[in-house]
Amino acid sequence: MPGLIGKKVGMTSVFSAEGKNIPCTVLEVGPCVVTQVKTSEKDGYEALQIGYGEKKEKHTVNALKGHFKKAGTTPKRVLAEFSNYKDTWKVGDTLTLDIFNDDQWIDVTGTSKGKGFQGVVKRYNFRGVNDATHGQHNRLRAPGSLGASSDPSRVFKGMRMAGRTGGDKVKMLNLKIIKIDAEKNLLLVKGSVPGAKGSYIIVEK
Amino acid sequence: MDLMKYVEGEYAIENKFPNFKSGDTITVHYKIKEGNKERIQQFKGVVIQRRGSGNTETFTVRKMSGTFGTERIFPISSPNIDKIEMNKQGKVRRSRIFYLRGLQGKSARIKEKRF
Repeated sequence: MPGLIGKKVGMTSVFSAEGKNIPCTVLEVGPCVVTQVKTSEKDGYEALQIGYGEKKEKHTVNALKGHFKKAGTTPKRVLAEFSNYKDTWKVGDTLTLDIFNDDQWIDVTGTSKGKGFQGVVKRYNFRGVNDATHGQHNRLRAPGSLGASSDPSRVFKGMRMAGRTGGDKVKMLNLKIIKIDAEKNLLLVKGSVPGAKGSYIIVEK
Repeated sequence: MDLMKYVEGEYAIENKFPNFKSGDTITVHYKIKEGNKERIQQFKGVVIQRRGSGNTETFTVRKMSGTFGTERIFPISSPNIDKIEMNKQGKVRRSRIFYLRGLQGKSARIKEKRF
């Protein structure tokens, strides 16, 4: 779907016309530069590659330097591909929030905050042991049984256990657009968006 | 953070309320919607805290209804607040006077500010 790349700015709340308090996330989206147009003849599918966020030239590998030079822009930090834009765009064109002007709902993809190595209670919402007494000792947040014994004699793949939590790609579906400020490239959506302030996000129709 | 301030500024409502602090006794006139009708109700009590900043700032008012303590939290930028009346300016030493919750009667009084 058509989309743009942006940054999470922070959260606030806004009162609606009916006097209801709406929790909102502020996103700084675009302007993004078209860095490559993929066509079905050449690449096998149609898409638009766009870039966002400034990067220093000395931190850019030579291959990418040439890629950005072709598009006539400075090196960009994030690149992403989208398809099905309403208008046709050329390499070097700038996309702004205007593409969302007729929309009410959008999807936002981000990387959730990393939580480090966590147990199963936080990671998978296991209940732990409900009793602190009745013979329980040092196993309040334990995972419990991992499976049966001599048959199958192993732990099944995908068994939920402790480990690195967060830092995953998460997509929030159907967030309502509260306001579009094309001048300042700001987008106000209802609800929360994964990731920390300043982290990169992808906004899609 | 500047962008955050910009967005909040866009939605900011002009602050027409008196500058009250915790320890002050105020009357909050707030609008209540019943079906299609709108009427104004009052809530008079002591401010026990002001919390947050910008558009999301809230304040808590505590009043004694009979022997029961009642608390209400109001967002300061809520359009449902009609007006705020300052009744008494109290003299307290801290900005969050939660110790008031454990007090009753004579000991729950707050000294008035002298100018």
